Order: sequence, then structure tokens, then C-alpha cells
Amino acid sequence: MSSHLAEVLAGTKAHGRAALIAYLPVGYPSVEGSIAAMVAAVENGADVVEVGVPYSDPGMDGPVIQQAVDVAVRAGVGMRDVLRAVEAVADAGAVPVVMTYWNPVERYGVDRFAADLAAAGGAGTITPDLIPEEAGPWLAAAEEHDLDRVFLVAPSSTDARLASTTAACRGFVYAASTMGVTGTRATVGDAAERLVGRTRAVAPGLAVCVGLGVSDAAQAAQVAGFADGVIVGSAFVRTVLDADGDVQRGAAAAGRLAAELATGVRDRVPA
Amino acid sequence: MTTSAVSPPEDRLEPPRPSWPDATGHFGVFGGRFVPEALVAALDELTEAYRAMRVDPAFLAEFAQLQRDYTGRPSPLTEVPRFAEHCGGARVLLKREDLNHTGSHKINNVLGQALLTRRIGKQRVIAETGAGQHGVATATAAALLGLSCTVYMGEEDTRRQALNVARMRLLGAEVVPVTTGSRTLKDAINEAFRDWVTNVETTNYVFGTVAGPHPFPEMVRDFQRVIGDEARAQVLEREGRLPDAVLACVGGGSNAIGIFTAFVPDEGVRLLGLEAGGDGVESGRHAATITGGSPGVLHGARSYLLQDDNGQTVESHSISAGLDYPGVGPEHSHLHDIGRAEYRPVTDAEAMEAFALLCRTEGIIPAIESAHALAGAMRLGRELGPDALLLANLSGRGDKDVETASRWFGLGDAGHVEPGAGMDTDQRPTEGAVSNDEAVAGREAGGAA
Ligand SMILES: Cc1ncc(COP(=O)(O)O)c(C=O)c1O
Repeated sequence: MSSHLAEVLAGTKAHGRAALIAYLPVGYPSVEGSIAAMVAAVENGADVVEVGVPYSDPGMDGPVIQQAVDVAVRAGVGMRDVLRAVEAVADAGAVPVVMTYWNPVERYGVDRFAADLAAAGGAGTITPDLIPEEAGPWLAAAEEHDLDRVFLVAPSSTDARLASTTAACRGFVYAASTMGVTGTRATVGDAAERLVGRTRAVAPGLAVCVGLGVSDAAQAAQVAGFADGVIVGSAFVRTVLDADGDVQRGAAAAGRLAAELATGVRDRVPA
Repeated sequence: MTTSAVSPPEDRLEPPRPSWPDATGHFGVFGGRFVPEALVAALDELTEAYRAMRVDPAFLAEFAQLQRDYTGRPSPLTEVPRFAEHCGGARVLLKREDLNHTGSHKINNVLGQALLTRRIGKQRVIAETGAGQHGVATATAAALLGLSCTVYMGEEDTRRQALNVARMRLLGAEVVPVTTGSRTLKDAINEAFRDWVTNVETTNYVFGTVAGPHPFPEMVRDFQRVIGDEARAQVLEREGRLPDAVLACVGGGSNAIGIFTAFVPDEGVRLLGLEAGGDGVESGRHAATITGGSPGVLHGARSYLLQDDNGQTVESHSISAGLDYPGVGPEHSHLHDIGRAEYRPVTDAEAMEAFALLCRTEGIIPAIESAHALAGAMRLGRELGPDALLLANLSGRGDKDVETASRWFGLGDAGHVEPGAGMDTDQRPTEGAVSNDEAVAGREAGGAA
């Protein structure tokens, strides 16, 4: 009984670096195309892949991710496709974790989802619109199938909530760097570093990974200075969108971005 | 006809409250909070401020004064005998929320939330809107209290309800057309949440219906229950008895909860919510969330919704922008599951038939949303027969819908109506004076609505 995510994050920490966590949604430009981009990211240094479940109402996402996900939703991409991507990422040698809004899981069935995710080699889930207070059935299913559950903390979270949310996490806790939706940003503000410090103070044993806004090696190096993992989403999706549906070109671009970011997470700017 | 007996009691947010929701916003298995963590602090702040406000005599006095002097409450109760001749002879009373300032029930809720915004010290409000009535009400309250205001509206709806876009802009609000997804209310809500999560330090989200995360379903219900509190007292005073049934259209469900709440403990009173049946539930092109949907999570709460096998929200369809929403408030899902309220679909054609009838028999142009409740009264009245007493919520007026209705009935451009064209409904007490077939023919003649 052990957490795949905690294990990989302990390993990167032991090597004096942060983990690189890449997000890509399943089904853009196609299921195969998205899997190719995920595998390319893994081959070029992503330690963890957030396998995104397409959803019609992604309230936490900015325009870049919305655009890609919209294509996948219209194509009818569903949980079976997601589980296939999870297997492909695991086969490529990285740890897959599913990033999903809650309704697709409820519709699939929480217990069935947990069983199938574990069977596919998935580590667990990140749930942007599920807070621990509403997560009873998921926590029970995750426990039964030995899966990680990653909840989010935000700059607006009170210390009491940091404590209760991190207590419900297994694997790591996702620290949202800014108040806002996904999208690349020119700078990652001090809010992220402050939030990581506050989070570590209440949950010393839990890895803290930072997402929202990171897009290049310099930002990755900066975040790697204070976080255990650097999460990059919109920048990956942007490279695939720019390939305009060309699977080879999209995968190659995702690979190049992963390689660049992989140098960033090894080149920590001391906090 | 006096309404003095129903002048609002000072404590009207605190008459007997339903036993739901629980402290964390659950109505049975429905409701709750399915939101990004970043919004939890703001929702907690709202919940606490609201709890304090609703027992604060100074707030209650200010709120009561605004409702009386600004909105024009209490709204009248109007008996509509010529319309009722088409309701199987049942008597029909209309609760006239259409006569409120800004033209619908939406102002009841908005004034409460605008005062709350001021209380928590925020300078900016945002809102979503479908028909534009909630947007207009929010822009109005923002002007009144000196708040800046941004309204998100699906691009499709900005075309259907152009008059209300102009009204919001005149009132000083910024109107942002939303071009994502189905370009209707559901997508406007997504955009408003994105704005809120980004600007939550300065901004309050004035939510327009009894859906969304806790505390919105409870808070909006409490602000809207004045409709039913007044109506119940008015009916009792005038008739010496309660109505047999209370009817309201259901989009997100705020006008329906507003008129239902006072009657929930009256077990002999049927509560009937009319959902937008669009082209018919069997056609798949509808917005009848409870009739044609299933439980799931959308826009921050567990409730019925229209979804596919992958859990993706399905686009809804209705001639009525205000009902064109694939979700519904969690309290309605609960009332449905415990059997306290019934929900039935009304098609576009049935709603437009009732719309035409009310215009021609009573000289009242209803909102197309409210016309769904009128169509429900026509059907229920025929089922219950001549002794029945029906109370229907006329949630809004139809000025905003003149263009849509003109097109439906083949009357030409709204600004250029041919005399005597199309809508020939010389009302005699015959069954179905405007048959569905004629209404559909009218629509085809006038181009799709
Ligand atoms: C007049 C009128 N009635 C009803 C509605 C539907 O909303 P709800 O179901 O929340 O009352 C609207 C929404 O715009 C409206 O404008």
C-alpha cells in the first residue's frame, strides 16, 4: 500500500530537483494524437502526466485548454479513452494521474472508475471541483483501490482549510499559484511561494506541487526552488494546438517543451 | 381589494423555514459545493455575512423599504376570468411579479444580494443572464448602490433578447457576450465563475437563480420567498382558503421556489413546476431538466441535469431564453424526489398558445418564461375542473419577448406589425382557441423563432 505519486516525488527530491508534471487532455487533436503527445512528454523528461478528462463545462480552465477540450468533448471522448491514455503513460515509464472535473466520474460510477483506474496503472486523481467535504464516496473508493487523491489549495485558503484539505490528500497537494483559471502567465507571483510555505507548515510530510501559469524553463526553475513539483498545462496544450491537428508535429513540439522544462526543474533557483 | 393585510412583516426572511438545506447546503442528497478551492473562502464569507444579515433588524428594515418603495411590493394578485375560460373553468389567480420594477421577480433576489455586496465591502458585481432579466435587475441594483457591474450573456441570448442588452448598457453595466460552448446561459455561468475566481477580492457574484454552490440556493430562495408569503396571505384574505395548486415555470427555479416555499407545509396544495419542453421531450430538443434529465453535478451543486453517457452537459433548447438551461436548482430535485412537487414539460407551442391567450383575453403580455406556467394552468385546470382554484406565478412581463413572439406568430418585424396579421385569436370560450397546429404554422410562416 503505497502512493505512486509520493514515491516519484521522493525520488526527484532525493536527486535535488523538482518533478516535472505535464497536463494534456485526452482527445485533442484525437485520442491517438493526445497519447502521442503524452508519450513524447514522458520520453523527454516528464515524471508525471496529468491525463485530462474532457468536460463540457471546465470552469477552472482558461481559453487555451477550453479550446482543446471542446474538440474532444464534441468527438465524444470518454472514460474508456482516458483509461487507454493512462495505460500508455504508465507503459512509457511515467506516473499517470487523472485530472478530472467531478461529473464525468459520477456518471461513470465512482467505484467502477476507481477499480478501472487502478487496473490501468493510474496513481489516482486530481479533482479541481471536488473539495474534501464532498468527496466521501471518492475517498472510500480510493482507499479501497489504493489510489492517490490530490486536492487543491489556493492563496485564499485559510490555515484551517489548508490543514483539513492536506489531511485528505494522498500523493501530493496541488497549490494553485494564483487566483484565477489555467493559462500561461508572464510571471509566477510571490503568492505561490507564500502558499507553499503556509502549506508545508501545516503538512510537513506532504509533497507540494505548484500549478497555474508556468510555461518556460526559467519559470520552472523558479518554482522548483520552493516546490516539490512543477505542473505545466496550458503551455503543453498550446504547443499541440499550434500543430493544428498534425499528430507528429504536435507530439514533437510537446517533447521539445518537456525537454526544456526538464532542464528548468533541475536548475532550481534557490528560494 | 386591499393588500394591507399582506404588507411584509419585518421578519419575513425568518418565517417557518423548510428543514432543508443542512448547514453545508444539502437538500437531501442534492446541493452542496462542487467548486474550485479558490472560491471556498468567498462562499464561506458570503454564507456568514448572509446568516448575520438575515437577522439584522437594520438590514431587514432597509430591504423591506426598498421592496416597497423601489420594487413596488407587495405585487398584486389578479384574477383572470377570461383567460380561465380556457382552463376548464377553473379559477385562475396570477401573482403579478411582472409589475415589479425591472419587469420580473429577479429584482427581489438582486436587491438582497446587492445589499450583501455592500455589507462585505466589495465594489464590483458580476452576474450571468439568460433572458436578460437577471442582468437588468443586477445592473439596476448596481446603479442604485453605486457598484460597478459586468454581466455575462451567451451570444445567442444577446440576439434573442437585444432589448435587455440595451437596457443593461443604459444602466451603466458592461455586457460581455459569451462565445464558448452553446453560447447560452450555461456558458455565461461558466464565464462568470472564471471572472469570480480571478477577481474575488474585489468582486461579488450575484447569482440569478436557486442553483449554484451553497449558499446561493438557500440565499436566493430566502430572498424570493416573499412571492409566496405575500400570495398565500392574499389568497387567504380574498378567498378564505388556500389554492388547490400553485404553478410556476422552472428554469433554474427561483420564481418557482419563491412562490412554492410558503406552501410547502400545506400538504393539500399541489405544487407544479413547468419545465421548458422545447420541441417536446421525446425530440431531445428541450430544457426539461427534471423530466428528461438525471442526477449529476453542474455549476457547483448536485442536482438533476441534462447529460450524456460521458457526463457531458447536453445543450438545452427552448424558445424562452430564461428557461434554456440544462440544470435546475437542488431544492427542486429534492422536492421532486420526496414527491412534494411535480414537474411537467410544456412545449414551445403550448407556451406560445398560452402567451397569445393571455394577451388577447386579459390585456397582459407575459414573459415567454411565465407563459409556460400559464400553459400548465390551462392543462391542470382542465384536469381538475370548474371548482379548482389555481395560483400561477406571472414571473415577468413580455416586453423583452415582443420580437420573438412577433416572429413566432408571423406578425413581421416587431417594429412593423401588420394590422390583423397572423395572431387571430378572437377568444371565445372554446377549447384550444389557438391550437398547437396553428401556433406552429404561425412559427413556420414567420421563420424559426
Ligand atoms: C420572467 C422570467 N421568469 C422565469 C425565469 C427563469 O428563472 P427561474 O427559474 O430562476 O425563475 C426568468 C429567467 O430569466 C425570467 O426572466
